Amino acid sequence: MGKTLAEKVWDAHVVRKGDGEGANAQPDLLFIDLHLVHEVTSPQAFEGLRLAGRPLRRPDLTIATEDHNTPTLDIDKPIADLTSRTQIETLRNNCKEFGVRLHSLGDAEQGIVHVVGPQLGLTQPGMTVVCGDSHTSTHGAFGALAMGIGTSEVEHVMATQTLSLKPFKTMAINVEGTLRPGVTAKDIILAVIAKIGTGGGQGYVLEYRGSAIRALSMDARMTICNMSIEAGARAGMVAPDQTTYDYMQGRPHAPQDADWNAAVEYWNTLRTDDDARFDVEVDLDAETLEPFVTWGTNPGQGVSLSAEVPSPEDFGDENAKLAAERALQYMGLEAGTPMKDIRVDTVFLGSCTNSRIEDLRAAADIIRGREKDPKVRMLVVPGSARVRLEAEAEGLDKVFKEFGAEWRFAGCSMCLGMNPDQLEPGERCASTSNRNFEGRQGKGGRTHLVSPVVAAATAIRGTLSSPSDLEPVAVPASTTTDAA
Amino acid sequence: MEKFTTHTGIGVPLRQSNVDTDQIIPAVYLKRITRTGFEDALFAGWRKDESFILNQEPFSAGSVLVAGPDFGTGSSREHAVWALKDYGFKAVLSSRFADIFRGNSGKQGLLAAQVAQDDIELIWKVLENAPGTEVKVDLVSKTVECGNVVAPFDIDDYTRWRLLEGLDDIGLTLQHEEDITAYEATRPSFKPKTLPARTQ
Repeated sequence: MGKTLAEKVWDAHVVRKGDGEGANAQPDLLFIDLHLVHEVTSPQAFEGLRLAGRPLRRPDLTIATEDHNTPTLDIDKPIADLTSRTQIETLRNNCKEFGVRLHSLGDAEQGIVHVVGPQLGLTQPGMTVVCGDSHTSTHGAFGALAMGIGTSEVEHVMATQTLSLKPFKTMAINVEGTLRPGVTAKDIILAVIAKIGTGGGQGYVLEYRGSAIRALSMDARMTICNMSIEAGARAGMVAPDQTTYDYMQGRPHAPQDADWNAAVEYWNTLRTDDDARFDVEVDLDAETLEPFVTWGTNPGQGVSLSAEVPSPEDFGDENAKLAAERALQYMGLEAGTPMKDIRVDTVFLGSCTNSRIEDLRAAADIIRGREKDPKVRMLVVPGSARVRLEAEAEGLDKVFKEFGAEWRFAGCSMCLGMNPDQLEPGERCASTSNRNFEGRQGKGGRTHLVSPVVAAATAIRGTLSSPSDLEPVAVPASTTTDAA
Repeated sequence: MEKFTTHTGIGVPLRQSNVDTDQIIPAVYLKRITRTGFEDALFAGWRKDESFILNQEPFSAGSVLVAGPDFGTGSSREHAVWALKDYGFKAVLSSRFADIFRGNSGKQGLLAAQVAQDDIELIWKVLENAPGTEVKVDLVSKTVECGNVVAPFDIDDYTRWRLLEGLDDIGLTLQHEEDITAYEATRPSFKPKTLPARTQ
């Protein structure tokens, strides 16, 4: 029997097979090709190395950046929050001591760790990629096996460049057909999570397949793989193809010359074999998808934007019913309210899910020539300093600023509010991020997860809206894209 | 790591599904650079509510958390495990754990015991009817006991062995260092390196 993509990448990285078989099998020891590091989940790992007197084995396969804590305003001034500043300074000292490459605030390559890796060409097909951050699944868009890990595992990778990993099961997510206008990658993944649930992917590596996935750009594939973790999956992957290679070519760390040819030859083998079998297959019809939005406090609690807030009674399972009741109370919503009647205070365009150049372009295309609802505040936070520069070269910053949005510096920002970008209690936000958990964007804040184009349309109308709800404007969009 | 064989302590019924790691420890507490001292951060948002279970006696002295399905979802923050441990929890019972949380627990000696939801419901009833009832978690026999309820739990054999023996992961791996070195010698030259740094 053939192998799936995930199994091929796994097998190519086994340093040592675990002893035993079946239920008694010990985990395999896998080599890690790339370790991404940031300030939040690394200090205790570095400290562990120091206490044990261990070196960091492969600084040349490790890269660090500052993202979770960094301010998005006044980045030339010392960080006001002392604990944030200490954490950033600790990372700087640790990287110096252990010889790790670091892109600090102010550096053109600084940014969200999952935006930085791919844009430098460090994320490549067939690699194993880890980071002490659950959204490491993003890198699976390249056909890499990419997983979020905890701090103990971060220390383990630092010390050994390997991880002990238990075998996973495989799940195919088949998305066939053509997306309708205004429907994006974000809507695909929100629909997948609503379908299989926040625990539905548990123990699985997901492979996104089908004509709708093949048609997506790399930025869009990253959006989908990014949120695999919200379905509980260990990782999410897309097989590499010409779209992947076109994205890779010419990036700073992409293979060059003879290496490029050897790499492409290898990457071309990274496809699930025709006779391979997935443990589970899930089908989704791209043609019927609509813009999706969450109503509750976990990413599985989502509906089509044209639907209504569900009632707890709609859920058969007692736990789901209780969860829905609690979520509606927290979100301040009544069952039966049309989603499009929900007014928001804030729109956040950013996060490792949707802060890449195509996301910014897609939102800018919607708002160009239109006016923002004056009561809505909008934050635009590019995923990396490089994305910000690129957007400014295209004049997107002007589009956002003229619209009345705040054009910020790069970082995780309001996705998790570890920096000053937070919601006030009760404040309602349409957010292109990945988690609508209670208090995630600020204590008492209420989050609706949306795509960049829905975020843009919502900023115009003040209520959750899709681009199709907008009046046409005279100014034609300067770019078109199937991304975001 | 300390060895874990059995533990007996007050059970805390947390009737909630999808307890994500943002609830277990909000992000604001992740700015610390130490590995201990997170007891104040555990469920910090919920603990501001007086009716929250850990604000009630005798549950505040609990050491076995009995939670709904999909415990520990979301962020990979190992701080969630540190906070549970620092507070005094030795074991968490749930019918389904998020993968990363379960992995982190195993590394830190917090027992994540997977118990069937039907049994969780029975244990919840015992703990709610007789607050302060102790739960015995036996890793040797893979069973939990609470009042008249005796239920099996699942845990993978490898994690169980490491917990029983109190083994350190890095030390175990470094026993096979020559295998790592041998693998490194076979890696193709097209695989990227972060050093020397190249930028646009």
